[in-house]
Amino acid sequence: MLRLEKLVKTYKTGDQALKAVDLNVPEGQVLALIGPSGAGKSTLIRCINRLVEPTSGSVFLGDVDLTRLSMSALRRQRRRMGMIFQEYALVERLTVMENVLSGRLGYVGFWRSFLRKYPQSDVDEAFRLLDRVGLAHMADKRADELSGGQRQRVGICRALIQDPALLLVDEPTASLDPKTSRQIMRLICELCKERGLAAIINIHDVALAQMFVQRVIGLRFGAVEFDGLPEGLTPEVLTTIYGEEDWEATIEKVDEDEALA
Amino acid sequence: MSELNELVGRPWKKPPFVKRAWLRWAMVLGFVAYLIAAYLTIEVNWARVYEGLERGKQFILAFANPDFASRSGDIWDGMIESIIMTVASSVVGIVISIPIALGAARNIAPLPVYLICRSIIAVSRALQEIIVAILLVAIFGFGPLAGFLTLSFATIGFLSKLLAEDIESMDRVQAEAIKASGAKWAQWINYGVQPQVMPRLIGLSIYRLDINFRESAILGLVGAGGIGATLNTAFDRYEYDTAAAILLVIIVIVMALEYLSGIIRERVQ
Repeated sequence: MLRLEKLVKTYKTGDQALKAVDLNVPEGQVLALIGPSGAGKSTLIRCINRLVEPTSGSVFLGDVDLTRLSMSALRRQRRRMGMIFQEYALVERLTVMENVLSGRLGYVGFWRSFLRKYPQSDVDEAFRLLDRVGLAHMADKRADELSGGQRQRVGICRALIQDPALLLVDEPTASLDPKTSRQIMRLICELCKERGLAAIINIHDVALAQMFVQRVIGLRFGAVEFDGLPEGLTPEVLTTIYGEEDWEATIEKVDEDEALA
Repeated sequence: MSELNELVGRPWKKPPFVKRAWLRWAMVLGFVAYLIAAYLTIEVNWARVYEGLERGKQFILAFANPDFASRSGDIWDGMIESIIMTVASSVVGIVISIPIALGAARNIAPLPVYLICRSIIAVSRALQEIIVAILLVAIFGFGPLAGFLTLSFATIGFLSKLLAEDIESMDRVQAEAIKASGAKWAQWINYGVQPQVMPRLIGLSIYRLDINFRESAILGLVGAGGIGATLNTAFDRYEYDTAAAILLVIIVIVMALEYLSGIIRERVQ
């Protein structure tokens, strides 16, 4: 469903963030993208919806090559890709409801959005999603009044109300405590399953990734170093991705964690 | 390890901003010398100051005894004119500055638009209000129209520049999130940018309203209408008591505006 072909990103500074990355994500697959800081994980995700312009190569979403699209055609395609951010990226001075509804901006006209007169079906769906993540009673609170975990739930609702086919998730748990991190990851994965969404999740926490995803991609210096099942992440593999370190404590005893959560 | 042994026991000082010692001291000495030379060029005519003290005393004494009554009609008319000038020029100025500010923010405007908007701001800021007022009085004649245009023009330079700087320092990721949803440009501004800069825009607008009122009192001196014209007339007639009354009214209004802006800014945070 999503196919990257020889995707290259070279920044103006000359840093090559992505070196001809090839990747194929089938319908409904949730995959984790791991790798050291600066390996190009964020760049990869942002090159898909062109928040960062790739230097060369192609990104196919279904049959559409996103890299060739005009700005307005790209906007229409962006509706099919929900994005969830590190540090939540909610618009802090807007209410929770406005933040969720902002996921519909690609579908409604300017005046409707300006006057906050969204179609009833959008409002209903927003309430349904907020209820699903347990925040329906917070709809009129301002986003900056929420805790980290709550904000990320709102971020998830904003991405899902777009009715996307693909979720791009950038470090969803980077600023959350371990318990909330786990809850957020579980929520994302459950919702993907419910709705049959594919997802690319950037994540630093290897153990957390192993716990929830079906496939892991290891990125190092902008190139794919590992592509396989989460069980395949042996100390040797982690050493090739991150460099020498004692990995025994990082590779989790999955059962114990599940029982704990 | 041996490196550490060398370091231990040695005092530590913050590295100086200018590394070369001779250059550092030359700059300090040069500045002091210039300062002394500059002060020596100021000529003070002490005899004139002594005479002037008497006039100053009368002026200040008039404050103890301001005369609101004898020219109350003129004061009232001038004040109304000033307030109309202030409000009208602030509204027009703010409405024009918002699009210019968007164009002058490098993170949202393309380079050509940015350069055009920045030059508009530069021109508006380079020309001081009084100079603009003199020019506009020459074109439009005496009266509040020239004052209104002057203040609108000055508001653009002030507000666009500061608003553009606020837009440039906004949180990029919040705006990015809106963009990622497929929003159109106008929607992106409305949802991603506007909420972030709104408190600053309101604060600046009220501050500018305050400045425009004070400026409108000055612009009268060059014939651009408002309370300044009344004040000027009072000075010309040596009616210090009436002048004192006018100044007191201006002070009260400015303080009231200041108080009001404090309350409003607190509310919009």
